Amino acid sequence: MEKRNFRITAETGIHARPATLLVQAASKYNADITLEYDGKSVNLKSIMGVMSLGVGQNTDITISADGDDEKEAMAEVAKTMKDEGLSE
Amino acid sequence: MVSQVLNGIAASDGIAIAKSYRLVAPDLSYSKTKITDVDAEVTRLSNALVRAKQTVAQIKANAVKSMGAHEAAVFDAHLEILSDPELIKQIVRLIRDSRFNAETALTSVTDDYIDMFQNMRDNSYMQGRASDIQDVTKRVMANLLGVTLPNPALIDHEVIVVAHDLTPSDTAQLDRRFVKGFITDVGGRTSHSAIMARTLEIPAVVGVGDATDAINDGETLIVDGLHGQAVQQPTEAEVAKFQHLAADYTAQRIEWRRLKFAPSLTKDGVSHLITANIGTPADLQAVLDNGADGIGLFRSEFLYMDADNWPTEDQQFSAYRDVVAKLGDQPVVVRTMDIGGDKGLSYLQLPDEMNPFMGYRAIRISLNRTDIFRTQLRALLRASAYGNLWIMFPMIATLPELRQAKQIYREERQKLIAASIPVGEVRLGMMIEVPAAAVLADQFAKEVDFMSIGTNDLIGYTMAADRTNERVSYLYQPYNPSILRLIKNVIDACHREGKVAAMCGEMAGDQIAVPILIGMGLDEFSMSASSILKTRALFRRLDSTQMVDLANRAINAETNEAVIRLVDETVF
Repeated sequence: MEKRNFRITAETGIHARPATLLVQAASKYNADITLEYDGKSVNLKSIMGVMSLGVGQNTDITISADGDDEKEAMAEVAKTMKDEGLSE
Repeated sequence: MVSQVLNGIAASDGIAIAKSYRLVAPDLSYSKTKITDVDAEVTRLSNALVRAKQTVAQIKANAVKSMGAHEAAVFDAHLEILSDPELIKQIVRLIRDSRFNAETALTSVTDDYIDMFQNMRDNSYMQGRASDIQDVTKRVMANLLGVTLPNPALIDHEVIVVAHDLTPSDTAQLDRRFVKGFITDVGGRTSHSAIMARTLEIPAVVGVGDATDAINDGETLIVDGLHGQAVQQPTEAEVAKFQHLAADYTAQRIEWRRLKFAPSLTKDGVSHLITANIGTPADLQAVLDNGADGIGLFRSEFLYMDADNWPTEDQQFSAYRDVVAKLGDQPVVVRTMDIGGDKGLSYLQLPDEMNPFMGYRAIRISLNRTDIFRTQLRALLRASAYGNLWIMFPMIATLPELRQAKQIYREERQKLIAASIPVGEVRLGMMIEVPAAAVLADQFAKEVDFMSIGTNDLIGYTMAADRTNERVSYLYQPYNPSILRLIKNVIDACHREGKVAAMCGEMAGDQIAVPILIGMGLDEFSMSASSILKTRALFRRLDSTQMVDLANRAINAETNEAVIRLVDETVF
């Protein structure tokens, strides 16, 4: 299992556009991918789940990927985070 | 089949004949039943989701073409919601475990999410997302019920749009190539649908009352925007008659077209500016096509209303620069943010107010949220280096408001100059919409470069009547001598101080008001682009000395009707 912490630096947190892109990235992989924030855990392939967390600026999240393509999945999620200015 | 005539308000000139497209929300009520065949119900849900995805993909593709990729991005979120594995799992679970029909299961799950997003009190962005889920739910529901859910972005052939009313988000999604006319139940010449029709230069009849009840989808319609009539299922003779009228109108327009590059002169050679009102950079083509002498009102709200969050300085800068640069030496008057009243933002929580038009709006918000105001002023100042940019503040009521706005402007200007960022010469002005400012125009005129009279609000506030309220709409009287005296007071005050007097309300392009305004010496007339050439043609028939006399008689008349008679007798 792959696990990584991210600090969300984007002023608006994870809002719809970046959230959509994260979900699109995650959905390409077979691995189960979850996002943990503030004691809650959601499926990163679920836009409703991700948006329901209301992740704001200067918060810490953890993403885990578990499955045959977990490494590639994590790499793409991390890249999307960076490209969209969500996290450094 | 007998043809049927519907009467309404002539809101935009022209005649069109095409099939109707009803932009009306269908009945999406359903019965809560228990099902027996679980697998069939799950299949029904899957099919509805698949069709909804196909439709949204189509809407998105059209929206990308008409609005650009950025604005269409919201539909990506809609597509993601329709594919959301958790969401679908929850709906299917309700069908399987509780034997709910698909409609009930869908609503039960999406209602929970809508509640959750609406309750994110500290996050207005997420509250706005509740409407995304509502949109998506409606689309799936329509597929489950087998009814058509119309969408402006789905129109892909020539139609006349029939709606109760048209919102800015509806019209933003319309493909301008296919929409030949509007018919609406409500509204007047100054409602959004009417202004939009004139911008698109298509005929419109508004305020018909029961158009959406009377007109079926896909029937042949004639819209006569010159006379305020719509004809349903016209006979061959009627089609011929209106084709003839349309040809006459086209011939007149060709005549007007000759004036495209002509100066805006009266019969005796007095020059005035005829400029255009625009709402987005997309309206620029009509401005150029109609030979405007500049832009007298560039509403900046589109930047705020088409966005999910406050537009950045760079986003605003490039929008302003594009317009200013296209116009070259001609003036472009940008009005700072006029949010509030009937224009809200998903990301700005405004208090519920008893009287939003008399509430927290326009400059009142800008002077309170100076962070937002400063961003806009910096973007405008940077754009001023690329052309002839003027800035005006809306809804100024008192001198201290004006001075505070100017002070903030000067501070931002100094900061940019200190940072060696190029800025141009900018003329600073104010809107005259509040009667208090119209009365004290002599004092305000000493402190601005120009004034622009916003007649729609000025008339509403002076007559204390809401023009959209049918019971009192008779009080919306543009030619009432009280209004004419306020306007004259403003024009005279400007001229005593050597300042420019402009008007950017509906009245500036009104054929009854124009002769009076010429007589008062108004310098700049700003109107819908489609009215420019017609008004330039009217100018050429008017002798300004005679119009001075007309204006003096008009301000001493007793009623709105008396003024109309006076102009009819003198000019037409």
